[in-house]
Amino acid sequence: MSQNSATAPKRTPLHAAHLARSGRLVPFAGWEMPVEYQGIVQEHLAVRERAGLFDVSHMGEVELAGRDALAAVQHLTSNDAAKLKIGQIQYSGLMTPTGAFVDDLLVYRFADDHFLMVVNAANAAKDVAWIKSQLGAFEDVSFVDSSARYALIALQGPVARDVLQTLTGVDLAAIKYYWFAHGEVAGVRCTVSRTGYTGEDGFEVFVAPASAIRVWDAILEAGRDAGVVPAGLGARDTLRLEAAMRLYGNDIDDTTSVLEADLGWIVGWNKPGFLGADVLRRQKAEGVTRRLVGFEMVDRGIARHGYAVLVDGAPAGTVTSGTQTPFLKKAIGMAYVPAEATEPGQAIEIDVRGRRLQARVVPLPFYKRQRS
Amino acid sequence: MYPADLKYTKDHEWIRIDGREAIVGITDFAQQQLGDVVFIELPEVGRTLAAGEVFGTIESVKAVSELFSPVAGRITAVNTDLPSKPEQVNSDPHGTWMIRLELASAADANALLDSTQYGELVK
Repeated sequence: MSQNSATAPKRTPLHAAHLARSGRLVPFAGWEMPVEYQGIVQEHLAVRERAGLFDVSHMGEVELAGRDALAAVQHLTSNDAAKLKIGQIQYSGLMTPTGAFVDDLLVYRFADDHFLMVVNAANAAKDVAWIKSQLGAFEDVSFVDSSARYALIALQGPVARDVLQTLTGVDLAAIKYYWFAHGEVAGVRCTVSRTGYTGEDGFEVFVAPASAIRVWDAILEAGRDAGVVPAGLGARDTLRLEAAMRLYGNDIDDTTSVLEADLGWIVGWNKPGFLGADVLRRQKAEGVTRRLVGFEMVDRGIARHGYAVLVDGAPAGTVTSGTQTPFLKKAIGMAYVPAEATEPGQAIEIDVRGRRLQARVVPLPFYKRQRS
Repeated sequence: MYPADLKYTKDHEWIRIDGREAIVGITDFAQQQLGDVVFIELPEVGRTLAAGEVFGTIESVKAVSELFSPVAGRITAVNTDLPSKPEQVNSDPHGTWMIRLELASAADANALLDSTQYGELVK
């Protein structure tokens, strides 16, 4: 659980709010973050049934602006950013030249010539250096790491919209999934996007650090009767896994290609060249040799990150994420397996601390919410 | 906080000794550290354990831990309700036993911590 670091972990603008609510703080990606408040299971269920409020201020934000900003985003990322309207968001990959991930990220189009990208905390410094190193070819683009300008608060769950609506004049129903709007929340200027990392409907609120606690407390107060609770990174991880959302450092990294990660839908095949495009086009034509799949345990046991996968008794891959999920109440996971072993129903074995336990490949996601 | 009629180990198990018999569980401190327990694997009845030997596995949402026998003995029963209700370990750690042992030797128990000593250890 703990990690040594030469420097003290950074604190988000909501640190005092976590202490006030007895959040259990742990080091994470150079930050001191709440892993849980009442317990991961309760918080996970609250998000599936009501809503949970997450501090994700550790996430990084970087912005590109200028006449060549779109061209730069197109070069750096896998998805086709030209398809984004102003106010729209897309999930994408920050690409290596080999079609793997420097990071995965959300790209927000603030204006024709202005993009904001939300990146993983653990990768923020690396991403900034990488993006800067790639901008030389573009004449008119300015780049800024604006991470310190934003606190980021995520309200996720079926009651999220109704609760947040009581605090804002922005018509939240009019914000479609993966779109955003600017407006006031609890009297504070914010950007509100209909995004999240839980598989539920919900919103992420970008707010100036100095106003973060005011917005956080206002949301919890407005949501008290509806059962909104603060939720930590522990529940965030189990929720995202049920929804089969990839976690950088577990399921994807700079050795896994976009197609191996089964994320072909975030590749803009028709856009002009981008980093790694040639590798991805070749993989698309020839097929990949391994691919990320979901699996369920058949035998009793829990697969964890790093456990070996066997097919027909031979080592064949590695578990990237695995847990016993609080809502589905099953032991599930994701793993890279050989391309010929990716069909749902395929029998695999997981080496759980020396014992080979039966599992089977299942379609992703494990959990999909009922859309009303 | 830590019942005086139980003995404790540095690995955060408790043991209730009654003559030559004993039951074993994990402490409140242990369950707090683990967080929500979602999986418990217990041994077969009849197995003989050395003091400090691993007798099972306990997993929370985030972590895996081994269970260590506080004393040497033969397993005479396991709590078969527990694998289907692992959350009992969180809600009532000192009232939730895992295995029952027939002690190999009464002397073993002298090496254990009492409630005051254990309370100091986890303070």
